[in-house]
Amino acid sequence: MAKINVSIIKERFKGRLKVKEETRNFYNGVFIDLGELVMFTGNVIKEMFHPPFEFRELIKHGFLLGNKSLALVVVTGFIMGLVLTMQMNPILADFGAQTLLPGVIAVSMVRELGPVITGLICAGKISSGIGAEIAAMRVTEQIDAMEVSGTRPLSFVVASRVMATTLVVPILVIFADAFSLFGAFLAVNIFEDTSVTLFINRSFTLLGFIDLFPSTLKTVLFGFFIGLIGCYKGYTAGRGTESVGKAANSAVVASSLTIFVIDLVFVLITSIL
Amino acid sequence: MDREKVIVVKSLYKSFKDNHILRGIDLTLHQGENLGIVGKSGIGKSVLTKCIVRLIEPDVGEIDVMGTNVLECDDNELNELRKKVGYLFQGGALYDSMSVRENLSFPIRRTQFKDKEHDTEELIERSLRSVGLLDSIDSMPSELSGGMKKRIALARTLILNPGIILYDEPTTGLDAVTSGEISELMLKIREEYNTASIIITHDMKCAKIATDSIKIMSEGIFIVDGTYDELSRSDNKEIRDYFI
Repeated sequence: MAKINVSIIKERFKGRLKVKEETRNFYNGVFIDLGELVMFTGNVIKEMFHPPFEFRELIKHGFLLGNKSLALVVVTGFIMGLVLTMQMNPILADFGAQTLLPGVIAVSMVRELGPVITGLICAGKISSGIGAEIAAMRVTEQIDAMEVSGTRPLSFVVASRVMATTLVVPILVIFADAFSLFGAFLAVNIFEDTSVTLFINRSFTLLGFIDLFPSTLKTVLFGFFIGLIGCYKGYTAGRGTESVGKAANSAVVASSLTIFVIDLVFVLITSIL
Repeated sequence: MDREKVIVVKSLYKSFKDNHILRGIDLTLHQGENLGIVGKSGIGKSVLTKCIVRLIEPDVGEIDVMGTNVLECDDNELNELRKKVGYLFQGGALYDSMSVRENLSFPIRRTQFKDKEHDTEELIERSLRSVGLLDSIDSMPSELSGGMKKRIALARTLILNPGIILYDEPTTGLDAVTSGEISELMLKIREEYNTASIIITHDMKCAKIATDSIKIMSEGIFIVDGTYDELSRSDNKEIRDYFI
């Protein structure tokens, strides 16, 4: 009769227990993180209305963040418009509906692709940058130095950056949309001669107020959460230098995911309305 | 000592998971006193000073700073109290995106924005003159040496005219000459600004110059206190070893 090795079974059982504990810790960690984020958001919003107001910081960050991301957003928007038009044209041609092409491109870019792609670019560029910058301030005890002198770093460091991204991301989306339509216009002209006036007229036949309002509101929320999550990850970073990289990385992951969730919620709401 | 007590810490405990750092600390700091805290690295000296200004929340204990129970303060009361307590960080913690002038004007701009009476420039110049670095007013932190960064950080601490200064290893990483200068500076600042100080240090030369009394910390409690001369002549070899 084969002998049962009890110690191996015990080890395996221990291993399973460890995995279960790690899984439980992971889920606990997610909920603790969410709870902390909610409290952090409340404190940041409170600090936005607490004097002294840092208009200079707001303008500085707004200009820096917008300026640094503008070229990337514009080029991406332009290429998206160009590529989408070139791929859509033969499909619509099969149905004899080429005249709808500018309208279809405008609707898809303004309602969905422009905000989401710009949001993702900003999550990668702005949120990670903010996360790393604030985490570095935490590691070098600059945040502690502000706290300990009663200078309210949450207002100076965080609130100004969150307000800046909330203002800047919608503006970047407008640029991305405009340049995507410009790309689409050039692509349409590859297949047929179309005047600017005709292209714009055809673009706006399918685009209404119901398309513009939710997408603009969505981009405001994208901007708010891109700034907020970057700041949160940086502000709550650990003390070692490795936490700077971790903060940047987790800021990108969390803000990208948040963008998709906000987008989903808005699509569900607008489809019901 | 008849002088007013500015910091009173009673039975302070702090643990990080299973690591029990502070195990019942009692401490009293009097007005005008420079108290040195000495101990091995990682023993919890910085944790203690950070608990005093609530940068770290202690588990159990009482902390009274200038008559205010620190652990019962709300955010606004804590901010008001923190303006009266200067903290010099080990690395200086200068704001690297700001010039020296902006580093010094920042605490005034953020905390005294309602009071337009004061002359910020005059306060900045006075603080920089106190640390002997008026010429560096327009420099960026990246252009300063380690010793200069600590002096500027000290000037920034002084700008709010604190009653208490907590020095976290003020001479660490500095050469012997600069370290001596910083130690003398701490004494000069006490005279000029009438402050009381807690000085955490491994540098016994600094402890000798800048402190009135020293407490030695081991295993989360103070094992002995006395003046530099008393402790350096102790019969206990373990205590004498700190002074070698």
